[in-house]
Amino acid sequence: MNAGQLPRWVDFGLIPLLNLTAAFLVSGLVVLIIGENPIEVVQVLLWGALGFGEGVGFTLFYATNFIFTGLAVAVAFHAGLFNIGGEGQAYIGGLGVAFACLALDQVVPWWVTMPFAIVGAALAGAAWAFIPAWLQATRGSHIVITTIMFNFIAASLMVYLLVNVIGEAGSMQPETRTFEDGGRLPFLNDFIPFADFGTAPVNLSLVLGLIACFGVWLLIWRTRLGYEIRSFGANPTAAVYAGISPVRTIVVTMLISGGLAGMMAMNEIMGSQHRLLIEFVTGYGFVGIAVALMGRAHPIGIVLAAVLFGMLYQGGAELSFEIPTITRDMIVVIQGLVILFAGALEHMFRPALVQFFTMRRLNAAQTG
Amino acid sequence: MKKLLTIGALLAGVTMAASAYADEIKPAVLYDLGGKFDKSFNEAAYTGAEQFKEDFGIEYRDFELQNDAQREQALRNFARRGMSPIIAIGFSQANALEKVAQEFPDLQFAIVDMVVDLPNVRSIVFKEHEGSYIVGMLAAMASETGTVGFVGGMDIPLIRKFACGYKQGALAANENVEVFQNMTGTTGAAWNDPVKGGELAKSQFDRGADVVYHAAGATGIGVLQAAADAGKLGIGVDSNQNALHPGSVLTSMLKRVDIAVYRTFEDAKDGLFEPGFEVLGLAEGGVDWALDENNAELISDEMKATVEQVTNQIVSGEIVVHDYMADQTCPF
Repeated sequence: MNAGQLPRWVDFGLIPLLNLTAAFLVSGLVVLIIGENPIEVVQVLLWGALGFGEGVGFTLFYATNFIFTGLAVAVAFHAGLFNIGGEGQAYIGGLGVAFACLALDQVVPWWVTMPFAIVGAALAGAAWAFIPAWLQATRGSHIVITTIMFNFIAASLMVYLLVNVIGEAGSMQPETRTFEDGGRLPFLNDFIPFADFGTAPVNLSLVLGLIACFGVWLLIWRTRLGYEIRSFGANPTAAVYAGISPVRTIVVTMLISGGLAGMMAMNEIMGSQHRLLIEFVTGYGFVGIAVALMGRAHPIGIVLAAVLFGMLYQGGAELSFEIPTITRDMIVVIQGLVILFAGALEHMFRPALVQFFTMRRLNAAQTG
Repeated sequence: MKKLLTIGALLAGVTMAASAYADEIKPAVLYDLGGKFDKSFNEAAYTGAEQFKEDFGIEYRDFELQNDAQREQALRNFARRGMSPIIAIGFSQANALEKVAQEFPDLQFAIVDMVVDLPNVRSIVFKEHEGSYIVGMLAAMASETGTVGFVGGMDIPLIRKFACGYKQGALAANENVEVFQNMTGTTGAAWNDPVKGGELAKSQFDRGADVVYHAAGATGIGVLQAAADAGKLGIGVDSNQNALHPGSVLTSMLKRVDIAVYRTFEDAKDGLFEPGFEVLGLAEGGVDWALDENNAELISDEMKATVEQVTNQIVSGEIVVHDYMADQTCPF
């Protein structure tokens, strides 16, 4: 199934739309089985995600997380690497953010803290990706296994640090103290005068995420390093023959990937929670894999997929609030179906469409 | 878009219609990440709320969280609909509750397992160490090998508090007792890993323990199962778990979150809701140990008499059970 067999609008528009529709149809069946009205459910879900300012704010807030973790997975994809460690890298990224904020928040305003926090997040995330990358590059230890294992090491390390080292003394909750204003990113509400996101924590990190998208696009398609990454991903043997160092490519790609995952912590820690707390990543790293798959590892696709998942998260929360029989587990089922159809079953409708469009082209050629 | 607006209007309409019943309270429960049906801590809250509903015919709303960002959001969603009292279950809710309670000073809030010092918040905490002390004594008295075990969930101060009280109690009953301690893990997954819980219990049995106490949420189901399979004794936690394996569960350390929820709702209904501390220990019936037909044969009259005496001594202050969280150390 080569590219170019289908018009671009079908490839990037119609197929994702069909997949989504199929996912929602199956979800609708599940909703029917538990005795609710699927139409009503979809309406509440959409209303919850987009129907009012605060809903939109939360959708964008979640989308910001997914943009970072999605980009992280996508960059590694281009080099043929499957980075499943976004979860752990983001978690450790929080450490970088927290160190910057804890050190500076009482002394300087947020815009001075911000660059340090960004660098801290990226460095910490990258550092966490470095060992798996190095092991893959020099020892052939498979990156899927090592990055997963590093997620667990990250969780243990963070618990240790939060309970024994940087946690607030005498607090039951394993978390640091709350940052002062110097360690808080402004909410979008604060600097966009006409925005009305209510109490939603969507913040400056969204802008940062969009800049990161542009940066990734530049990197992958407009730089020499990006060319090396893509060549290596397409055919490692040929890449080596062309003089591209596999060790360097793997390590550098994973450092960038880990750095992007780590920057997710900007949104959660400096943007929303204003303190480093345990388990703040809650699966965003893993959803990033689905986002990257759905977005075809392209920044624009990732933004769209991230917004979609943001809608599912926020709309899902409102849904289980409004209709108590739709439990949070049902929301996970719906999210899972979207991932299944958009990611795993991506090729389900493709052969039929290819046939349809080839026929049409042939017919057109004959009549014309 | 128009349809969406209609829904919005409808929802608003429903809310306004509901607030017409001014004298009837509209209670709400916000569970922690563990979920409503965890067979233990959160489920106890659910039991209390259900009981209240059954007794007084007053409906309540509840919500299960998926991530940290939803805490504030869910509390606000309740508050905007004028729900009151709103009970947040679990210490992790403190920050969110503090913010939202300040935004809605006219509503009543409560939090379990944590202290939030605001004029409209009731903070309910339990003396888990006292209950653990009692079951520790029972464990040491029931043990034939002089070796007992503890399996915790996630390694956090709260669970170390259970462990420390348990150890102190076991040592009080038998000063030569050996106490094994294992924590299941360091992430939230440690609350929901019955397989690993079972393995930890088995390893403690292999090293000679014959009574194992768990404070591990759903992980503990595996601990109790392993005890039943090995012909040893387990000790349940939070809810009464004696009936899970009759004859193989020595007792359960009850943490009466259900009573806390029920009482808060009832007080609000009667207009008696008062903010401030509520510390529930042995004296207040907030923690207890379970004795029913499932474990009657396991508890001898002597054991029963001893712990009843000790319970009185703890209530009167004659025996002080060390609280791990007071100084973050366990001197035993």
